[in-house]
Amino acid sequence: MKEYETINEISGPLVYAEVDEPIGYDEIVEIETDDGRTLRGQVLESSDGLVAIQVFEGTSGIDRNASVRFLGETLKMPVTEDLLGRVMDGTGQPIDGGPEIVPESREDIIGAAINPYSREYPEEFIQTGVSAIDGMNTLVRGQKLPIFSASGLPHNDLALQIARQASVPEEEEEGEEGSEFAVIFGAMGITQEEANEFMDDFERTGALERSVVFANLADDPAVERTVTPRLALTTAEYLAFEKDYHVLVILTDMTNYCEALREIGAAREEVPGRRGYPGYMYTDLATLYERAGRIQGREGSVTQIPILTMPGDDDTHPIPDLTGYITEGQIYVDRDLNSQGIQPPINVLPSLSRLMDDGIGEGLTREDHEDVANQMYAAYAEGENLRDLVNIVGREALSDRDNKYLDFADNFETQFVDQGFDTNRELETTLDLGWDLLSKLPKEELNRIDEEFIETYYVDDEAEEVEATAD
Amino acid sequence: MSQATQQDAATGVIESVSGPVVTARDLDARMNDVVYVGDEGLMGEVIEIEGDVTTIQVYEETSGVGPGEPVENTGEPLSVDLGPGMLDAIYDGTQRPLDVLEEKMNSAFLDRGVDAPGIDLDKEWEFQPEVEAGDEVSAGDVVGIVEETVTIDHKVMVPPDYEGGEVVAVESGSYTVEETVVELDNGEEISMHQEWPVRQPRPAVEKKTPTKPLISGQRVLDGLFPIAKGGTAAIPGPFGSGKTVTQHQLAKWADADIVVYVGCGERGNEMTEVIEDFPELDDPKTGNPLMARTCLIANTSNMPVAARESCIYTGITIAEFFRDMGYDVALMADSTSRWAEAMREISSRLEEMPGEEGYPAYLSARLSQFYERAGFFENTNGTTGSVSVIGAVSPPGGDFSEPVTQNTLRIVKTFWALDADLAERRHFPSINWNESYSLYRDQLDPWFEENVTEDWSEIRQWAIDVLDEESELQEIVQLVGKDALPEDQQLTLEIARYLREAYLQQNAFHPTDTFCPPEKTHLILTTIKTYNDEAFEALDAGVPVEDLVSLDSTPRINRIGVQEDYEAFIEELKDHITEELRGMY
Ligand SMILES: Nc1ncnc2c1ncn2[C@@H]1O[C@H](COP(=O)(O)OP(=O)(O)OP(=O)(O)O)[C@@H](O)[C@H]1O
Ligand SMILES: [Mg+2]
Repeated sequence: MKEYETINEISGPLVYAEVDEPIGYDEIVEIETDDGRTLRGQVLESSDGLVAIQVFEGTSGIDRNASVRFLGETLKMPVTEDLLGRVMDGTGQPIDGGPEIVPESREDIIGAAINPYSREYPEEFIQTGVSAIDGMNTLVRGQKLPIFSASGLPHNDLALQIARQASVPEEEEEGEEGSEFAVIFGAMGITQEEANEFMDDFERTGALERSVVFANLADDPAVERTVTPRLALTTAEYLAFEKDYHVLVILTDMTNYCEALREIGAAREEVPGRRGYPGYMYTDLATLYERAGRIQGREGSVTQIPILTMPGDDDTHPIPDLTGYITEGQIYVDRDLNSQGIQPPINVLPSLSRLMDDGIGEGLTREDHEDVANQMYAAYAEGENLRDLVNIVGREALSDRDNKYLDFADNFETQFVDQGFDTNRELETTLDLGWDLLSKLPKEELNRIDEEFIETYYVDDEAEEVEATAD
Repeated sequence: MSQATQQDAATGVIESVSGPVVTARDLDARMNDVVYVGDEGLMGEVIEIEGDVTTIQVYEETSGVGPGEPVENTGEPLSVDLGPGMLDAIYDGTQRPLDVLEEKMNSAFLDRGVDAPGIDLDKEWEFQPEVEAGDEVSAGDVVGIVEETVTIDHKVMVPPDYEGGEVVAVESGSYTVEETVVELDNGEEISMHQEWPVRQPRPAVEKKTPTKPLISGQRVLDGLFPIAKGGTAAIPGPFGSGKTVTQHQLAKWADADIVVYVGCGERGNEMTEVIEDFPELDDPKTGNPLMARTCLIANTSNMPVAARESCIYTGITIAEFFRDMGYDVALMADSTSRWAEAMREISSRLEEMPGEEGYPAYLSARLSQFYERAGFFENTNGTTGSVSVIGAVSPPGGDFSEPVTQNTLRIVKTFWALDADLAERRHFPSINWNESYSLYRDQLDPWFEENVTEDWSEIRQWAIDVLDEESELQEIVQLVGKDALPEDQQLTLEIARYLREAYLQQNAFHPTDTFCPPEKTHLILTTIKTYNDEAFEALDAGVPVEDLVSLDSTPRINRIGVQEDYEAFIEELKDHITEELRGMY
C-alpha cells in the first residue's frame, strides 16, 4: 500500500491529495498526522491525479506533511451477532471497554438496494402499547415511521416507550420461538445527556443485551455523522436478514445528519438546493430510509423509527419534508399538546401510517379497527375545527351536534392520547376506549363505520351514563 | 434494456468519477450511446462530449470504480426491447427484468454489472399470421398475432424503420422473439422483437382530438374532472396526500387496455404492494388478472439516480409500442418530481448553469417532450390508439409555485390538486374541488350523455354550484357560526355536506367503494338532488330547517358507496327521503 505526502489543499472537512495511481470512488483513506493520530476518511471524488477526501474526524491537526494511505476498499462494517450488547462510537469503534469484536463478515456500509421484486410487503402489526399509534397510525414490521418533533419535546420518551413496549401479540400467545427482537440505536450529534437517557433506560430494562449502540455525540466530529446511520443499518440488515432478528432501528437526530451533509456540500462548493441543503439530499436520505423492510423467504425484518427535530417547528423545512416523502408515514409530536401535559403529545391529525391499511382488520388486529380509526379521525378533525369558532361565538351559540364534537375532541386528547409514558395498552383496550368515546356521538353520525360493527360495539347507554355521572 | 449488439467497440479510459457521473478520455462515442464502464462493465449513457472528454451517466452504483479503468462503447443508443413478454413483467429503469436479476444475482439485493434482456429471448410464442404470401406490407403494419397474456393479443408489426414490400414467406408456428416470422421480397426479415431508442417518440400519422373518457371508477375524477383517453393529467400534492393511492386506483380500475406503471424514485414497498395485489385483482374490463394488462417499471428512490432519469422514457416507449397495436394505454408516473430531481442531480454534477431552484434550464423542455408523447393517435398501420399520461408531482413543502409543478401545469390539461387539509381530515381522495380542473370536460360530455345519462352535465353543474356556494358560506360560518345563517343557506350547507361525504369522498380500501361505475356516480348525485329538491319544497312550505337536516333517511346517503346492489338501495332511499319530507307538511 502506497503512502502519499501530497496533500495540497485542506478546506473544512475536506482534504485534497495528489496521487499517481487510480483511486476508487468511496474508497477508505487513513491519514496519519504529525502527532501520530490516525484519522479516517472517504474518497468523495476521484479524478486523474487528484482525490477529494472527506475526513470523518475533521481536518484539524492535518498539515501538508500528513501521510495519506488508500486502503483499496470501501468502508466496511465488521458484523457478528456478538455486537448485541455492545456500545460503539460513531465510526463503529467499541467504546465500552469490552472484548475485541471478532467479525463473522465485513459488510459494505453503502448497502445495495433491495430488489423491489424480492421484498415482502410488510403487514405484521406491531403493538406499541401507545393508543395514538396502535389505534390510529398502526406500525407494522418492516415499516419506516419517523417521529417528527422539535426541540424541547419529549420525542425520546416516546421512542423509548415504543422500544420497550413493542411486541407482536400473536407470537406471544403462540409462544413462538422463531425470531428474536433487537434494537439498534444510532445517535447522531445528540447530547451526552440525551444519550444517557437512552442508555439508562436500556440498562434499566435489560434491553442493552439485545441492543447495539452507535453513538456520535454533539461534540464528536460532524462529518462522522454521515457514516453512523450506515453502520447502524448495515448491522441491522445483517441481524435481520442473516440472523433472523426483528430489528428496530432508532436513528436520532436525523436533523444533525442532514446538517453534516450540508456542511460537506458547502465545503465542496456544490450548487445548493433548498435552504442550502444539497440537491441530492432526497436520494441520500432514501438510501438510508429504504433500508427498512422485509425480504421474501427471510424471517427477520428491519423496522425504522428515525427521529428528527423540525427547525422552527416547520414541517415544510427540507429535512422533514424530504423525510415525509420517503418514509411510510410520520408521527407528529406536538408542542401545544405537550404544554397541556398530554403524554405522549402525539397530534394524530397530521400523523399517518401508510402501511396501516394492510396491517389491520379481521385476522390481523380486529375487524372494526379501520372503521373506528377513520371515524375517530373525522370526529376529532371536526371537533378541532370547531374550536376556533368557539373562541369567537362561544359554546352556547353552537348546535347540540357541534358541542358533541367539541367534547369528543377534548375526550380524545385527555383519555385516548394521554396515557402516560409508562402505560402499555393492549390493542383491545385501545379500540374499546375508542368506542367509549364514539358512543357519545349519535349512531347516525358514525357514517364511516360498518353498520354491523355499530351493532356489535356501540355502547348504547353511554350518553345517559355520562349525564348520570355528571350529576 | 436492449442488449446492444457489440459493434466494433471503441474503448476509452476513465478519467474521473463523481457519483453517477463518470468522464472518460479517448472514447469514440456519439451522444446517448450506451457504454460499459469500468472493470465490472457498469451500464452507462453518453450525455456530454467536449473535446477528448466524454461524460457518462452510469445506471449503476459507482462505489470503488476508479480512473484508469476502461470504458467500452456499444455504439447503440439507449433502447428498449419491444416484443411479447412485457406484460406481467417488472423492470428497473433501464428495462432489466427484476425477477431475472434476482435469479442471476442470486440475492435479494441489487448487485452491479449484471445485464439482462427486457424480454425473454428463449421463450417460444405461438405466432398466427395476419398476412399471406403476396400481400404488400409497409412499416407499422400488423403481420401477425401472438397471445401475450389471456387479455392481450400482441400484434407483431413491421418495424417503423423498414421499407416494407411483398410478403414472400410466412408460416404460423412456435417461434422465439428473434426468429424470423415474415420475410419480404426486399430481403427484410420481420421478427417479434424490435428495438427502439427510448428518447425518440415512435412515429404515428397524426394526433387527434380525444373524445372518450378514461373511466377511472373514482367519482370525483369521472364526475368532476375527467381525463380523456390520450389525455394528460398531473396530481401534485404534499407527502401523504394521496398521489400514490390515486395512481394505484387508476392502475387498477381505469378502463385502459394496457397500463404501464412507472415507480420513479419512490418507495420499494409501494411496488411490492402492486406486485402482490395486482395478480389477485380482476381487470374491470375483462375479468382477467390485472397483471395480464400491466407492465411495471420500478426504479425506487434508493436505486441509481441515472436509471431514474431514464425510467420515464423506458415507460413511455413501451406505452407507445402498445399504442401502435391499436390499444388504449394509460401510463402512470410516480413521481415526475423525482425524475426532475434526477435531471437536476446529474446536471449539477456536470456543473451546468443552473436554472430555477437548481433545476437545469431544459427542465421545461424535457417535461413537455415527455407529455407530448401522450395523445390519441392515428397509427401508421391505420389503427387508432392512445397513450394517457398521469404524472404525480411532489412539490417541496407542498408549495405548488415551484418549478416542476408550474412547468407541468403549463402542459397538462387535467389538474387534480391534492390538499393536505383534506387529507388531515381524512377526506379521501383529498382532491381539492375548488382548485382542480379538467380542460377535457366539455369534449367528453357528449360521450357521457350518450353512454351514461342525458343529464350528466346538467346535474354536475348543479353539484358544482352547491359546492361553490358552500365554500362562500363557510367563510361566514367561520365568523358567526352556522345558526346565524338564514334557513335556506343552512339547508344548502347540509346538502353540500352530503356532496362532500357521499359523492366526493371515496374509500379506496373498501372492497365495493373502491370502484364506482359512472352510472353509480350519477345516481348518487341524483339521490342528493332528490333530497335537495324535496327539502327546499318543504322549507317553502314552512317546515323548520332543524327538522330538514335531521331526517332518519338521509344519513343512509353516505352508505350508497359501499352498496354493491346500489340501484335497489338508491331507489328505496329516494322513496324514503321523499316520503319523510312530504310527511312534514
Ligand atoms: N382514496 C383514498 N382512500 C382511503 N385512503 C386514502 C386515499 N387516498 C389516500 N389515502 C390515505 O393517505 C395515505 C397517503 O397516501 P399516498 O401514499 O398516496 O400519499 P402520496 O401523496 O403518494 O405521498 P408521497 O408523496 O409521500 O408518496 C394512504 O396511505 C392512505 O392511508
Ligand atoms: Mg406516493
